[in-house]
Amino acid sequence: MVELLDVINVGILAAAIRMATPIVYAALGGMFSERVGVVNIGMEGIMLTSALGGVIVSYYTGNPWLGVVAAVAIGGLMGLVHAVVTVRYAGNQIVSGTGLNVLAMGFTAYMSQILWGSRGASESVASIEDITIPILSDVPVIGPIVGTHSPLVYLMPVVTAICYVVLFRTPLGLHIRAVGEHPTAAETAGIDVVRIKYMGVIVSGMLSGLGGAFLSLSHLNLFARGMTGGRGFIALAALIFGKWMPFGVLEAGLLFGFADALQMRLQSLGILPPQIILMIPYVLTVAVLAGVVGRAKPPSDYKPYQRE
Amino acid sequence: MKGAARRALRGAGRSSEGAVFQVAAILLAFTVGALVLYVSGYNPASAYVAMLGGAFGDVYGVGQTLTQATPIVFTSIAFLVSSKAGLFNIGAEGQFLVGAFASALAGIYLAGLPWALHIPLALLVGAAAGGAWGLIAAVLKTRFDAHEVITTMMLTYVADYLTGYLSNYPFKAPGWVSQTVKIGASAELPRILPPTQLSAGILVALALVASTAYLLRKTILGFELRAIGLNPSAAESAGININRGVMAAMLLSGAIAGLGGACEILGVHRRFIEGFSPGYGWDGLAVALVGGLNPVGSLLAAILFGALRSGGMIMTRSTKVPLDIVIILQGLVIVFVAAPTFMKSLLRRGRR
Repeated sequence: MVELLDVINVGILAAAIRMATPIVYAALGGMFSERVGVVNIGMEGIMLTSALGGVIVSYYTGNPWLGVVAAVAIGGLMGLVHAVVTVRYAGNQIVSGTGLNVLAMGFTAYMSQILWGSRGASESVASIEDITIPILSDVPVIGPIVGTHSPLVYLMPVVTAICYVVLFRTPLGLHIRAVGEHPTAAETAGIDVVRIKYMGVIVSGMLSGLGGAFLSLSHLNLFARGMTGGRGFIALAALIFGKWMPFGVLEAGLLFGFADALQMRLQSLGILPPQIILMIPYVLTVAVLAGVVGRAKPPSDYKPYQRE
Repeated sequence: MKGAARRALRGAGRSSEGAVFQVAAILLAFTVGALVLYVSGYNPASAYVAMLGGAFGDVYGVGQTLTQATPIVFTSIAFLVSSKAGLFNIGAEGQFLVGAFASALAGIYLAGLPWALHIPLALLVGAAAGGAWGLIAAVLKTRFDAHEVITTMMLTYVADYLTGYLSNYPFKAPGWVSQTVKIGASAELPRILPPTQLSAGILVALALVASTAYLLRKTILGFELRAIGLNPSAAESAGININRGVMAAMLLSGAIAGLGGACEILGVHRRFIEGFSPGYGWDGLAVALVGGLNPVGSLLAAILFGALRSGGMIMTRSTKVPLDIVIILQGLVIVFVAAPTFMKSLLRRGRR
């Protein structure tokens, strides 16, 4: 008989925080996009492309941090493509996002084959080392959970806080929220709606790119085909579950990260089918949308904005 | 009121200039694809020739192309039907999987029935299961105002893991592979072009294309769905029950996707295998748009996507070009059809 404490131990909680990181970054990105009125379901593809881009740069320079910078830049570029299609040309947001996902799936595997001769995985590259926080890591129980992690993990709550401040404590944040909730009124008030929309969608790409970089340059040290494994979609779920709020997103990301870690642990123990655990984030999100676990209402109606 | 709605519908039905734009999007995608091939050191012309030859060059190629196209015809018509009612059912993949699994169970456990009864019954079970899965999103929308894009997407992942669980645990066949046992011989849709895998499922698909065109153009239900899609408030004041229309559209859309899953299992795989769908449901969305949201257009676009898959495999064997160029081409087509105004401005510039 497996005891509960064998399953829920400090190891799994540390893993939960690790697995939450890419989800939280992408979901925070998605928050900016949705707050300016554009759904970005292309985050999965953006994460994947950035994961590859980061590995390529680290492969040729030997510096994983340059890889992270490249991943964020690539994410921003793909966000720009999504913005051009959906804002400039008022194209369909879902179709554009789906296109980016399919394109990324094909392009990353193609590049991996060209560069390393394998569509499965790249060679291993220099990656970001974990750091240990001196005093914190010695505290019993808490130390092993939060004491040693990648710098990108420690950056996660900082970025969340920055997102909160930008969104709710600055004029820019006010503009972002106004554009999402009432674009016509925002335009009348002198806000450049199109510029703010571009900005929001590009930021969603950059943060998704950061999430992708975490996967390939910190969690692992290589690129593997389809390595995002649906985390871009989980991020979308976390965004809804977190009710489009920065700290809500952080909590939802941690919860879904925990589900991911639990699934891996249970699979290795072989006591509960992993599929059941993997299903949980999606079932929870549907439940939230149905109002079973608190109501969730999006911050905009996602219609393309046309100047009159 | 009804007269006005009818006039609006008539105007929206014309899309001859649309076809130009779809073809332009496809050509542009192949041009960019050629560039990708050229930059990475391959000869685009020989790759495309090999792909085309593999997909249509002989009877075997045509058979495999149509085999690959069949499931996408179903999923694209599923998307099309929902979109006519103004709904964005992007969860055809989930409905397809649920339908596939349910029909596999019907194929296994009803074995012994005469085939004339067993095949239609198994197809019906698949359609019913897919329809029920689609209906969940409709209920969430009408009762709780939850957007169908998100719910159908989330439910697709639930369906994926659910069928994965069922084929790995309660219904797993002995052995290492995550699959069910074979369906009874009486439930097998016949193969119509051996040695290819092309099954009578393509005939079901063709019948579906014809009946969808009929449904949308000539029936009251089709009229109501299109009226809701074009202008819900006008439709409502004309006495059309919106909630009922949403339910009907999602039920129908899910059932069509589920029927596609059933045809794939009964005709091609003859058992449920975890991960047997390489994303036919997601392809459906793209194919419906490339086909200009028109049933016959869906059929043609599905054949194009089927040809990419089957021809791509031949191309990889003979020219060593990575198979993933096919996925890149699909992605490019989708991005270009997403922005009609972009394509139109490009066409205008080209004419000057």
